Order: sequence, then C-alpha cells, then structure tokens
Amino acid sequence: MSLSVPADIEKEIDERITHYPVSRRSAVLPVLHILQRHFRFLSEDAVSWTAAKLGLEPIQVLEVVTFYPGFRQEAPGKVHIRVCRTLSCAMAGSYELLDNLCQAAGIDASRMGHHHPFAVSKDGRFSIEFVECLASCGSAPVCLVEDELHERVSPETAPDLLARYS
Amino acid sequence: MADDLVNVQIDGTWHQFPKGTRMIEACRQAGVEVPHYCYHPKLSSPGNCRMCLVEMGMPPRPKPGEELTRDEDGRLPIQWMPRPVIACANTVSENLGIRTESALTKSCREGVMELLLINHPLDCPICDQAGECRLQEFSVEHGTGGSRFREDKVKKPKNVDIGPRVRLDDERCIMCSRCIRFTAEVADDPVLGFTERGSHTTLAVHPGRRLENNYSLNTVDICPVGALTSTDFRFQMRVWFLKEIESICTGCGRGCNTEVSSREGSILRQTPRENNEVNSTWMCDRGRLDFHYVNSEARLTQPLLKGSEGHRAVSWKIAVKTLADNLAGFESSKIAIIASARLTNEDLYLVRRLAQQLGVKELDVIARLGEDDGYLVAADRNPNSRGAALVLGLDSEPGSRVCGIRRDIESGKIAALLAIGEDLTSPEAGFSPALLSQLEFLGQIHHTANSTADAAAVVLPGATSFEKSGSMVNVTGRLQRLAPVVPLPGEAREDWVILRDLLQALDGGNGAGSSDEVFSLLAQEVSAFEGRTLAGISPLGEVLLETGETVPLLEREKERIAKGEIVG
Repeated sequence: MSLSVPADIEKEIDERITHYPVSRRSAVLPVLHILQRHFRFLSEDAVSWTAAKLGLEPIQVLEVVTFYPGFRQEAPGKVHIRVCRTLSCAMAGSYELLDNLCQAAGIDASRMGHHHPFAVSKDGRFSIEFVECLASCGSAPVCLVEDELHERVSPETAPDLLARYS
Repeated sequence: MADDLVNVQIDGTWHQFPKGTRMIEACRQAGVEVPHYCYHPKLSSPGNCRMCLVEMGMPPRPKPGEELTRDEDGRLPIQWMPRPVIACANTVSENLGIRTESALTKSCREGVMELLLINHPLDCPICDQAGECRLQEFSVEHGTGGSRFREDKVKKPKNVDIGPRVRLDDERCIMCSRCIRFTAEVADDPVLGFTERGSHTTLAVHPGRRLENNYSLNTVDICPVGALTSTDFRFQMRVWFLKEIESICTGCGRGCNTEVSSREGSILRQTPRENNEVNSTWMCDRGRLDFHYVNSEARLTQPLLKGSEGHRAVSWKIAVKTLADNLAGFESSKIAIIASARLTNEDLYLVRRLAQQLGVKELDVIARLGEDDGYLVAADRNPNSRGAALVLGLDSEPGSRVCGIRRDIESGKIAALLAIGEDLTSPEAGFSPALLSQLEFLGQIHHTANSTADAAAVVLPGATSFEKSGSMVNVTGRLQRLAPVVPLPGEAREDWVILRDLLQALDGGNGAGSSDEVFSLLAQEVSAFEGRTLAGISPLGEVLLETGETVPLLEREKERIAKGEIVG
C-alpha cells in the first residue's frame, strides 16, 4: 500500500522542503503538518512516504510523529475536539466538560489512554481528545473544535456545542 | 611542559593531558573510572545518560587589578563550580580541576541511578546481561540500594523481534542511544530510533524495517543493559561461567580480533576485541556466529581407513603409516597436495616440508573470493591467504593452480592427491566426486566429514581454528595469533601434529614438539618471519608485510577522530 498524495499537496510539500537547504531532515515537521492537514491523520504509509520523500529511514519520521501529541496516528472523527486538561481549565471544570461532551457525542472515554489519545464516536462524526494547555488560561475552560477556540465553555453547554457542528 | 599539554587536577592529584582530551578519558588515563552509559569512544557523545557527572573547577576570574597567587608548584587556585558537568562531552583545559569522589558527584550518581531504575524491571535473575550489566554494577557501586518509587512502572514492549539476530526488551532499555548511534554512524543503516519520547520513550524499529545488517550484533555488545540480547546466545549460559580466550576470527581475511567464550569445551559466543589496526571494536555477524560447526555431529573424531565395506576406525599409528606408505608409493610428479588458506602458518610450513619431502610440485590452496563490503568483511574469505603464499612459497596467486590440478587428474597425470583442510567438492574448490574417483589414491586431513572424506582412502581428523594454536597473516599483512579455545573432540589432533607425524613416518626424523617450535623452524626458512617467535606475537598482532592496504571502516573512524566527533 502506498499513499496517494494529490499533485497540489505534493507541490506544496516540495516547495516547503526548499526552505531547509542544509538538512532535509529538518523538513520532517512541516511536511507532516501538511500531510496531516490533508489526510486528517498520519498513517504508516504517510510516515513511509515522508521518509522516502526526504531520503530518511521511516523510523526517523516515526520518532517525530510519536513525540508530538499534535500528530494523530489514527483517523479522527469528522469534527475533532480538543479539550484542555491543564491546571486552569481543570479547576474550571474541564473534566466535567470532557465527560459531558463524550456523553453527548456517544463516545466511550474509557478507550482513551496513552496509546490512544482520543476516542471517536460510533457514527464517526466526533472525536474527542483531552490535551495539554491550549494557551488560554484566562478564559478557562476552553476547547478547540477543529481550529476554532471556544472559551468559557460551561460543562452544561456541551450538547449545544456539538449541535453547532452537526 | 610541552605546549599542547595541560595540567589537570583529578581528585587532588595533578596530571598532564593533551589539550582537547575529554574529561572522562583524562580520568581513565589517570586510573579513575567515571561511570557512564551513553558515552562510547567510537560513537558521538550526546551526553544523555548524565551518569558521568563530575564536579569541575577552574581558576577564579581575578577582580580588576588583582593577581591570582600561584602555589609553590605554579598552580592557580581552583574555584569549584556549584553545578556538575558531564565528563564525556567536556574537554580538559589548563589548571582544570575534576572531583569524581566529592559529595556532589556522589549525590549526582545516586540521583541518576535512582531515576534510571524507576522503570527498570527487577528481572536480573532471568536477564542475560546479569553479570556484565553496567546498570547492575553501577547500582551496587553508586546506587542507594532502595527505591522511593511507589507508583506503577511504565509498561513497554518485551521480547520484541527487531531482527533475525537481536532481541529487544524495551522495559530494560535505559535510553542511552548507543545502538541508535551505532546503526546510524558506523553501520550506515539507521533503522533504530526512539518513539514516544518522554516517560514512555521506546526503542523501536519502524514496522516495515528490521535490524538485519551484517553488523547488528555489535549493538548487543555496546548495550550497557539487557535491552538488546543476542538471539543466538540468550539463555545459553550465565556469563560468569564463561571461560574467555583471546583469539582471532577466521571468517575472512580481516582477522578481526576476538574473545571466544566457552564452557566445558563448548563455544557459546564470540565477541570482538578492540584492535584499532584491524577491526576497531566491531566485527560482522557472519564471522561472529561462525563457530557452531565446531560442535557439529559431523566432526571427524577418529582416523579412518577405507576398506571394501566403507570406512573403519584405526589407530593413529596405522593411519599415518598407511598415508605415508601410499604417498611414498607414487612418483613425485604424480602427486598433488591441496592445502587450505584456512590453515595456520605452522600447519602450512609442515605442508611445505611435506611437499619438499615428497618432491611434490603441484601444491596450492583453494581460493575463496567474495566482495569487500566496505566495512570489515574482506574480499578474500580465506583468513590466511597471505600466510599461505609466503609459507608455501607460491609463485602465483593462491588458488591459481587448482584448475590445472583438476585437468591433470582428468588426464591421469596426477594419480594421488592429499587434501588438507579443504573439502574438494565444495563450490569454491570445484572437484566433482566423479573426478575424485579417477584418482588412484586420495587422502584427506580435515575436521569435519564431507564428500572428499567419503571418497578418501585415508581420513585423518584435524582441528578447527578454535582448537589450534598458531598464527595467520591477514589481508593487510598483519601477523596475528590464534589460540586454542576448546579441546579437540575424540581422537582428533591439531593439523601441525598430524603433518609432523606424517613427515616423521616419511623421513624417519624427529619433528617439532610444539607449534612454537614449528614457528621457529618457519622463521629460519622464510625470510618474512625471520627473527620472530610465536609467543612473541603481541595479542594485537604485528605488522609482517607492508601492503599499503587500508580498512574502509578504520579510515572513516580516523576521519571522525580528526574532526573531533569521536574519541576513537
């Protein structure tokens, strides 16, 4: 199996690689970002494709993918929600928010763990991830739905939040 | 004081070292071992294990107008820095001070040990590394004996199949990264890496890749713990029961220096021994594992004579006499001798004497050519081609007469053949059993049963290179010594003993009493060996021939030393 990367995406990647003339290895991170943006997650094939593209061993790419929690190795739901778990948000109720969101989306939160940082709803519409600080402590609790930041999300409003993306 | 030397105080005593010496090496030279895991002189120094932390001091910066006072020896005072430094990646400078036994250094080691052991399983009783484990040793030497960790240890993959010869236990890994650096920097096959960096850091290969290059087992040698173990050696023997003997590998013409470990007469493993003129600290997997044939069921253990009902065992005396009588019964022009470039110089010297005694002109060895792999494996897969050429006085390339000998057997010009240390039906030798059956007489001296022995009228059981003492000359012209590691099976004898007895049976004279004596006779007759003795050959060998040949791996290592990337 191999990754089929659309021509425009590959063109964008090729251009980005030129920003790193000294070491192509440095281009791993931006290439992975472009691929994840397009495919929504980084499959094994995406890792191998990146390695071949940059003339690296696949393990050298996998090292980067597994280090950053921002890179997903499994397919997320149509709408990916990241709930902040760090101090301010935790104190302001983010654990409850997470529970409510999971319940509203029909997600089994017990499936989340170190090796599976997020869980996907059965219908595939939502996936929820409990993440470290989203850098908006003053407006806790916060969550990031795709690229949109939602501030002061009270746990009770979880169903309303999901409804806006349904 | 030479300009390039600097004065360094180590644990209160002053020493001199070349400028640029790593602190850890300076300490080692001064007889002080600084414990370390990630540092390896042949690899880059990432400084990630923190075990070599030491206290460092240097002269204080004087206040404006102030002059530092020197003591009677001319040393400046040392101001100790409040924080420790890693000794592996820092170099010495003038008037530097190092404390390896101070309270700060000790508490650093205790702390590092405690952290390393947090997630390490307490499975020493079933771990192959036990007994040669740095974590175990330093834990005793520098650890606290207890752990304050009450939480659950991180679970990681165990018994991971990362390659055909190496097994990985990720829970034992202390993330020193030596194996990763070896595969990337020395073997040029960077298949290993750390995934999930953080509290779950895991050594891994990519799902589609394997650690299967011909140098993979070196990672087992340099792994300071039991994370990487040899599939071949694991669970075979506790290392403290092993008897270790220095020898050389005979897998190819490189002659990598080795340490062969055995127990009760069985070889259990072979590991490389450092020799910076031959193999650095590495060796190839193929050569390393090429010892199992020593314990083979097919070993010849008794002298055999062929009769109407196949081979039967006879005494050495009868067997040797039969061989001598048979050979003496042929005109010298009808006899050929095919020896082996896997034999020692001493064996080959007696082959030379035998040929002289019988007046045999058709004398050669079997060539074994492969490809130079650009690292250590030499194109010449015989360990002693250079020795054979010198000792036998071959005037052409070793192996070049074999084709002619085959033709002469076919035409009937040669009627008697003695094969020593070679199976003539092997692909390299290229004699067919049909061709051998055309001979009136075939004699064989070899350690293992084979088709040549099947066809031979007289079969004398010889020794493998793990059972004989002697010397060989490697492809770069280095004379190196071989040591007997295990006793011979059954009635088998060292080849030089067999050849000496054969010579005695032919000429009635007295032969040499030891391989040392054979070497002395050789040194008198062959000028290249003049003035040398077998016992006098250093454990690291000595240059016998100036061949100008270089070892690709060593050349790359020298470049990296010159750049300061590695210590060497």
